[in-house]
Amino acid sequence: MARAITPQRKALNTALAWGVGLLIFFPILWTILTSFQTEAQAISDPPVFLFFDWTLENYAVVQERSDYGRFLWNSIIIAGGSTILGIIIAVPAAWSMAFVPSKRTKDILLWMLSTKMLPAVGVLYPIYLIFIRMGLLDTKIGLVIVLMLINLPIIVWMLYTYFKEIPGEILEAARMDGATLKEEVLYVLTPMAIPGIASTLLLNVILAWNEAFWTLNLTAAKAAPLTAFIASYSSPEGLFYAKLSAASTMAIGPILILGWFSQKQLVSGLTFGAVK
Amino acid sequence: MGRITLDQVSKRFGDVEVIPPLDLTIEDGEFTVFVGPSGCGKTTLLRLIAGLEDVSAGQIRIDKQDATMVPPSKRGLAMVFQSYALYPHMSVRKNIAFPMRMAKIPADEPTRRIDAAAKALNLTDYLDRRPGQLSGGQRQRVAIGRAIVREPSAFLFDEPLSNLDAALRVGMRLEISELHERLETTMIYVTHDQVEAMTMADKIVVLHAGVIEQVGSPLELYHTPRNKFVAGFIGSPKMNFIEGEEAAKFDAHTIGIRPEHIEVSGEEGAWSGVVSVSEHLGSDTFFHVHNTGLAETITVRAGGEVGFRHGDLIFLTPRSDVIHRFDAQGLRIA
Amino acid sequence: MATQDSQPADGLMAAPAASGKPAASDLGGTRHARAAARLMMAPAVILLLGWMLVPLTMTLYFSFKKYLPLRGGDLGWVGFDNYVRFVSSSAFWPSVQATLVIVGGVLAITVVLGVGLAILLNQPMWGQGIVRVLVIAPFFVMPTVSALVWKNMFMDPVNGLLAHLWKAFGAEPLVWLTQASTQSIILIVSWQWLPFATLILLTAIQSLDREQLEAAEMDGAPPHKRFAFITLPHLSRAITVVVLIQTIFLLSIFAEIFVTTQGAFGTKTLTYLIFQRVLESQNIGLGSAGGVYAIILANIVAIFLMRIVGKNLDA
Repeated sequence: MARAITPQRKALNTALAWGVGLLIFFPILWTILTSFQTEAQAISDPPVFLFFDWTLENYAVVQERSDYGRFLWNSIIIAGGSTILGIIIAVPAAWSMAFVPSKRTKDILLWMLSTKMLPAVGVLYPIYLIFIRMGLLDTKIGLVIVLMLINLPIIVWMLYTYFKEIPGEILEAARMDGATLKEEVLYVLTPMAIPGIASTLLLNVILAWNEAFWTLNLTAAKAAPLTAFIASYSSPEGLFYAKLSAASTMAIGPILILGWFSQKQLVSGLTFGAVK
Repeated sequence: MGRITLDQVSKRFGDVEVIPPLDLTIEDGEFTVFVGPSGCGKTTLLRLIAGLEDVSAGQIRIDKQDATMVPPSKRGLAMVFQSYALYPHMSVRKNIAFPMRMAKIPADEPTRRIDAAAKALNLTDYLDRRPGQLSGGQRQRVAIGRAIVREPSAFLFDEPLSNLDAALRVGMRLEISELHERLETTMIYVTHDQVEAMTMADKIVVLHAGVIEQVGSPLELYHTPRNKFVAGFIGSPKMNFIEGEEAAKFDAHTIGIRPEHIEVSGEEGAWSGVVSVSEHLGSDTFFHVHNTGLAETITVRAGGEVGFRHGDLIFLTPRSDVIHRFDAQGLRIA
Repeated sequence: MATQDSQPADGLMAAPAASGKPAASDLGGTRHARAAARLMMAPAVILLLGWMLVPLTMTLYFSFKKYLPLRGGDLGWVGFDNYVRFVSSSAFWPSVQATLVIVGGVLAITVVLGVGLAILLNQPMWGQGIVRVLVIAPFFVMPTVSALVWKNMFMDPVNGLLAHLWKAFGAEPLVWLTQASTQSIILIVSWQWLPFATLILLTAIQSLDREQLEAAEMDGAPPHKRFAFITLPHLSRAITVVVLIQTIFLLSIFAEIFVTTQGAFGTKTLTYLIFQRVLESQNIGLGSAGGVYAIILANIVAIFLMRIVGKNLDA
């Protein structure tokens, strides 16, 4: 039913949108390209764009200097672990809020979100002390717990908005059909909410992957994830553009690919149910 | 077996008493319809029986067992919801199998029951589809199939036809009635549509503001409504109510006369008025008559085609043997 | 009914009906549902309560102490000294200002550009999917990486790409992180958050009823009026969400400053100032007092924002 658009108009839109898109994407593209250049090419004046001798040397050097695999593994465990743990805790809570709402449900939700506004830096030292006392400093489990806690409000909130879309009658039907509470959540609610749970999972993996306050301040060597891996290149002696680019590409690569594949699910999750 | 007894059952939501204490017995095998305007508490009453809401006081017995505190999953009842409430992520087969899966009925018994239900409900060709790929009528049948395989002691229907279009509704009404004839299981059916109530019920329970106004067979309610509310609610078009002088002639505060119990004439009659709107259906003709001096509008139903039009003077004569008399409280005067 | 041997009837028998207490795992009437709901909500609530109260109590405790872990440790109670010192320090008000300028600047840029970009992306074009992938990409880049890449490869006054660009036009290259430090931070952070704003606003625009726009066109409204009176009001809810979510995250930006200016040249936000007091000067008492101020500031913003979101929840 949309009115016919003239090809000229469409071409103009296309050119404009691609221009803006490429401009926004350019810093990433440039980083990826530079990672395949030699250090000399990387700082050549004028800069070379596409026509250079492609080399994998930087990746080898970065790998040698810092063991990428270990950081990657830590990132996967911390981001994945905190998200899955968070979802396990949040699903029952979101079920309660969505299907057995009480007068306080909204207040509890808002309170949960408000804990997200608690400035991390305000409680850094106490957490630091607790971590030392409990032997959690520089451990993956410690970071899994902290990142789970800081993302829990968002997970609960997102799941709540998804669950609210599911008609309560279907859960009541399950109850009439003889399902226990556990069976109701396991066989009816969870399968129906899979798209919502998936986008919650994705968004929170990304948030946890990129979290750079707690991961930098609570780790040293053992449990350091990719945020720390890349931060080690901020010191002056690390200032080699090609190697920095290679390290950057390695740090963002996995999540960039994951994000691109799942952008549709992400968008719906990101709106927190407030935008239809 | 499926005899359901409510004993002084009441329900409050916070400070609001939606159902004052009431008693009701539904006999085994009976098709009972709860009918009333929206907000009358009929769905709440059904949900109390289902166990989806707690009673605030009183006792619900199913086959003499106290079921008041028994969770819905253990009451042995099956429910068909207004929205059908099918599981969208499961095929029709899995939907129908779900209650048996929950009850852990072993081996091929489920398959046998599913096939039987699918055959009875014309769903055999659709067993592997998802609910999203079915029409409204088919979804309704899946919901019924899911209820049948449980072999419940009673079926509960919550306005099951209200999401269907008019033609389908008549068809499904017949199917549910036939199902009842075949299974002879207790059925409780909630609707706001008095036509559904009249056509399907063995026993109608008329509810108004949480209170049972009358319990009886469809024709009992039609012929001897206990009060003005039931009189006005049962029957279509609605009964005409006349107060004042004309009612006093019959020794009543209000008299009620059904539209089909008024004779029309162009020449003479007890009452006269002007036709405001005339509806010609061929089989029947409806007149909305103004300026009668009795009530704002008197509705008349004449059999066949009767040729009065807008603005015509018309004479009306009520059949004196079917005039209903009510006192000032709206109660029937015997 | 033919058979009465099926599970439901057995179940009814099995349920301890007389005692009125069904098995704990069953969800019965709403009394059971409410009890189950409380139980299922408990872990999340207790964890978050602990996460909020324990460190908060400790922070409050430290804020009334002179506490220098490397220079004598706990040196006793000092009353409100830390609070007074923190506010009277010459760095305090500039840090509040820097925080507000950076948060406000990023919000303004992302919302305005986001609306524009969302409208552009909503037009018919070739390769829409690919453009969307390009635009969304910065959101996935971790803050440390984006700060490093911008700082070294773009904003470096000698070898940075922007320096080359400036020189190509014959201009003197800017020393970005010194001469225009705050703007540089805003630029970097905006680049990271623009995709988020764009995506949410795009979703909102796509949900706009075309007939509304067509009706306005029939009524003779020119494009800019259709935008002002129909599109923009339709977007207000989405803009609220963008502002809320972004504020939560922007108030605590850390890596971008840590990696680039280390808080120099007027980019020391409240977060960063406290970080320095705690970790660099190892003055826990003073840092904790600052933390309490940050919590108060965040709560003021939170209450304000929660009101809006609370309304949106009802809508």
